Amino acid sequence: MIAPKEQDVKIAVEGLDFFYGQKQALHNITMDIRENEVFAFIGPSGCGKTTFLRVLNRMNDLIPYTSVKGSVRIDGQDIYDPNVDVVQLRKAVGTVFQKPNPFPISIFDNVAYGPKANGLKNKQQLMEIVEDSLRQAALWDEVKDRLNESALGLSGGQQQRLCIARVMAVKPEIILMDEPTSALDPVATFKVEELITELKKNYTVVIVTHNMEQAARVSDKTAFFLDGVVIEADETNNIFTNPKQKETEDYISGKFG
Amino acid sequence: MKFQKERNNKNNIEEAIVKVILFIMALSSIISLGLITFFVFNEGLPFMIGYGITDFIFGTTWNPTEQVYGIFPMIVGSVIVTIFAILVGAPIGIAVAVYLVEIAPPRVTKIVKPAILLLEGIPSVVIGLFGMVVIIDVIRRLARGPLADYLPAGYQTGYSILAGVLILAIMILPTIISISADSIRAVPKEYKEASLAMGSTKWQTLFKVVVPAAKSGILAAVILGVGRAIGETMAIIMVIGNSVQLPIPGWEAVFAPVRTLTGNIALEMGYAGPEHRQALFATGIILFLFIIIINSITLLLRRRGT
Repeated sequence: MIAPKEQDVKIAVEGLDFFYGQKQALHNITMDIRENEVFAFIGPSGCGKTTFLRVLNRMNDLIPYTSVKGSVRIDGQDIYDPNVDVVQLRKAVGTVFQKPNPFPISIFDNVAYGPKANGLKNKQQLMEIVEDSLRQAALWDEVKDRLNESALGLSGGQQQRLCIARVMAVKPEIILMDEPTSALDPVATFKVEELITELKKNYTVVIVTHNMEQAARVSDKTAFFLDGVVIEADETNNIFTNPKQKETEDYISGKFG
Repeated sequence: MKFQKERNNKNNIEEAIVKVILFIMALSSIISLGLITFFVFNEGLPFMIGYGITDFIFGTTWNPTEQVYGIFPMIVGSVIVTIFAILVGAPIGIAVAVYLVEIAPPRVTKIVKPAILLLEGIPSVVIGLFGMVVIIDVIRRLARGPLADYLPAGYQTGYSILAGVLILAIMILPTIISISADSIRAVPKEYKEASLAMGSTKWQTLFKVVVPAAKSGILAAVILGVGRAIGETMAIIMVIGNSVQLPIPGWEAVFAPVRTLTGNIALEMGYAGPEHRQALFATGIILFLFIIIINSITLLLRRRGT
C-alpha cells in the first residue's frame, strides 16, 4: 500500500464501496493520489477500474440506481457531501473518454465550449485560451490553419488530443483518462503518452488502461484492480518488477486477463 | 461438399418468385404516384396554359360563374396559415420532444407518449369539430367583444386565419414531436457525457450540445410539419371561413376568413362544370408543386444529416 497521508495528497479515498442497484461493484477501496503524479489503474475487463474513475468526478450520478459508501476527498473536501456543487466539481476534475468524442462543431468551438459555457464572451480571451489549450495538447501546429473546420474531419489521434485540449480549456486540476488510447494507432498512442508525461507538471492525472506497457511507461504509481477490489497499489516500478501479491504477478505475467 | 448453384432447385425458384412479387408491390406505389401526377397535370395543365399561367396564379378574383379563375387569395391563405401554424407549433413541438427525451421522468413519458400517438390518430374532421365549437367560440367572443370596434363585420364571425393557425398547430404537433424526439434520442450519449464531465450544467448541455447535434433531424421534422399543414383539408375548411377575398393587410388580417388551396378543391369539386373542374385540377398542380418543393428540402436535409 502507498505510504499514508503525505503533504501533497490530492485525492484521498477511504473505505469506498460502490453499488449498481444491489450489485456491489467496488469493495472497500482506500487510496491516496498525490498532486502532480500520474496514477494508473490496471486490471482485467469488468474489474471496476472505470467505475472507480467515474466515482472521482461523480459521473456515475448519471446512471440511475447507483450508490456510494465511504468517502472521497479532493483537497480535503468530501465530494459526496450534499452541499457539493457537482458542476463545480467537474470543472476541477476533467475527463478524457475512451472513444474520442469531439462535438460535431468546429475545432475552435470545441475548445471554446467549456469557457463559453462558463460565461466567457470576450473573443480575444477565448482565442488565447483556445491556442493555449491546443498548444498544451500538442495539437496547435497541426490545426492552427483550420480552426474553423469541423472537428470530425480530424484523425482519431488528433480528435483525442482535441478532447484533451477541450478539457484543459476549463482549467481543471485533475484529469481523468479512461483508456484514452485504446481507439488509437501506435503513432497516435505515442503522442498521447508523451502528452500525459508533459501534463503531470501542471495536473494530477489518473489513467485507466488495458495496456500494461502503457502503465509502465507513463505512470508513477499503479493500482491493480480485480473484481472490484484493489489487490495492490504501489510505485509503478515495484508493481511491475516486484509485485507483492500473487494475483498481481499472475496478471502482469499474462496468466489471465 | 458442393457449393455450386443447382438449377431448378426448389429453394431457388421460391426465392425468385418471392422477389418478383415483392418487386411488383414496390412498383405499385410508384405507379400510383405516376398515375396521380399524370392525371392531375393532364386535366389541369392545358387549362392553366389556356387561361394564362400568370393570370391563374396571380389573379385575385375567383368567380367560376363568370369564368374568372384567379387563385392568388388561396395561395396567400395556404401560405399564411402554414407559416403561422409552424411558428406556433414548431417551438412547442421541439420543446415537448426535448422534455420527453431528456427531462421527463419515465412515469410522465409513459402517459404523454401514447397521448401524442392518439392525437395523431384523431380524424381531422373531429379536430375540426373541436375547432368549430371551442376555438371559434373563443375567437368570436374576442372579435365581437373588445375588438368589435376595430374589425369589419365580416371579420367578427370567429371563422378566421387565427382559428386555422391554432387548429393546424395542434395537428402538426405529433409529427414534429415524434420526429424531433427520434433525432434527439439519436444524439450519441458521448456528447452529453463530454459536456457534463467538463462541468457544464444540464441546460447548457441540452441547448448547446444535444439540440444542435440533432439540428438536421429537427429541421426535417419542422419541414414535414409544413407539408402536413399545407396539405390539411377537412379541419381547415371547418374553421377558416373559406372566403375567396384577400385579407386586409394589417393586424386585422388575423381575424380574416380566408380559403386554402386544399379547401378550394374540396369545396367546389362536387358541383363544378367541365372548365371549373379543370381549374380545380390546376389548383391541385400548384399544391403539388408546393409539396414537391417541401419534400425535396426534407430529402436534402436528411442527406446532409447523415
